[in-house]
Amino acid sequence: MSNEEKRTLTFEILRYNPQIKGDTPKMKKYEVVEAPGMTVFIVLNEIREEHDPSLQFDFVCRAGICGSCGMIINGEPKLACRTLTDTYPKGIITLLPLPVFELIGDLSVNTGKVMRQMSERVESWIHDKDAENVDLTRIEERMEPEVAEEIYELERCVECGLCLAACATKRMRDDFLGAVGFMRLARYAIDPRDKRSGKEFYDIIGDDDGVFGCMTLLGCEDYCPKDLPHQTQIAYLRRKMALGK
Amino acid sequence: MENLVLDNKTKKSRIPAWLDLTQSGTGLVLGLFMWVHMLLISSILLGKGSFNFVANMMELSFLSPTGEGYPIAVVLAVSGVFTLFILHAGLGMRKFPSSYKQYKAVRSQMKLLKHEDTNLWFYQALTGFIMFFAGSVHLYTMLTHPDIDPYISAARVVTSNMWPLYLILLIAVEYHGAIGLYRLCMKWGWFTGKDAKKSRAKLKKLKKTLTAFFLVLGILSLIVFILIGIKNKDKNQEISTVIIPTTIEQTIS
Ligand code: FES
Repeated sequence: MSNEEKRTLTFEILRYNPQIKGDTPKMKKYEVVEAPGMTVFIVLNEIREEHDPSLQFDFVCRAGICGSCGMIINGEPKLACRTLTDTYPKGIITLLPLPVFELIGDLSVNTGKVMRQMSERVESWIHDKDAENVDLTRIEERMEPEVAEEIYELERCVECGLCLAACATKRMRDDFLGAVGFMRLARYAIDPRDKRSGKEFYDIIGDDDGVFGCMTLLGCEDYCPKDLPHQTQIAYLRRKMALGK
Repeated sequence: MENLVLDNKTKKSRIPAWLDLTQSGTGLVLGLFMWVHMLLISSILLGKGSFNFVANMMELSFLSPTGEGYPIAVVLAVSGVFTLFILHAGLGMRKFPSSYKQYKAVRSQMKLLKHEDTNLWFYQALTGFIMFFAGSVHLYTMLTHPDIDPYISAARVVTSNMWPLYLILLIAVEYHGAIGLYRLCMKWGWFTGKDAKKSRAKLKKLKKTLTAFFLVLGILSLIVFILIGIKNKDKNQEISTVIIPTTIEQTIS
């Protein structure tokens, strides 16, 4: 790409710091010269370095693994580090913080708090009453490779929160568990080491804040950056909970 | 009583499961029924004879020695549909935004994302709301005046000024039903096939095609009824006495 061909991108970013008294949310414009392979994450760093050091946004891994950099990019919940600027031919990119979560400032939201509550709510650990009596000198019971793979598939969730931000049900009803919680629960439901009964799972998600509250709007399915099978998984839980004992 | 003291987490009732199943079940029956209903009505496009044939079948005329049929059969069928309709509406209502705050949240989400399935849901809720009223009027009319005949129906459409209601109802039903049936497949994981994403795209396309098909069919049928109604306007005056409840008629005269 020669210098002449380089585009100047316009970024419109929501700026608001709830910590500062009297601050009001406003959109601010920044111009950045595009570089090859540029991601929104790279742009944000550049803005912070060259234009405004007070810009707040989250990141850790820069590789779509930690799930920290979720935001609304041109009307789509996305990971900033996985979004290339050249996907936007017009060169105008709007950035908003994820809804649903508590706003820390600008593009930074507190997903950690919600994820922690979710983990506690679905009791995100292996439940086995006999766990105390397990003979640790013996080799662990074997698991079918297909089952292990299935669990692994559901465990790819990075807790970025895009599924919740994409869910109108969650926006309407704050107590709704949401896709990330269903995915986590489904992971334990298929794990043979978790001895919870269908009834026990029902006691966690068998109501309108749980699986029956899902209105199948499929935002989770459409915006999951890990392409997790939310639709099939929630349908599976719904059938299991509605028909099972 | 135990709900007062028991933590909601410890024990959950089976009722939400039943409500969810009933909402889906009634929706499925009503959705499919509406497609069949539209097909039957559209028999008018093949002529009054075909429509009459269908109407007689509905009145079970083949069972009666005189061939006149039993309008009571229609009344029973309408009562069944009406019951399902009320049940479905009551259960569906639970999902509506229940406050201005919730309504605002949905609208803001729609503006933020431009996500098709979220928008579809909103239109489904909206058309459902319209049907509370439009559907009830139609069902009540059919319950009190179960006669089906091209002239009576046409008089209902033209002389009794039901056509705007039928037009609104047609649009609402076709959108609501098709979106609902599509969503049912997604909700319960029907027709997922090997590739859920591909199947969804196919089902969505099918949904759109069927909506267009039934809308065209409905509008054409309505036009035919309007034409018949206009052509027989004088006669309609007599016929409309059949469809105006006698008490009102007496009050008028
Ligand atoms: S920074 Fe870790 S996912 Fe983007």
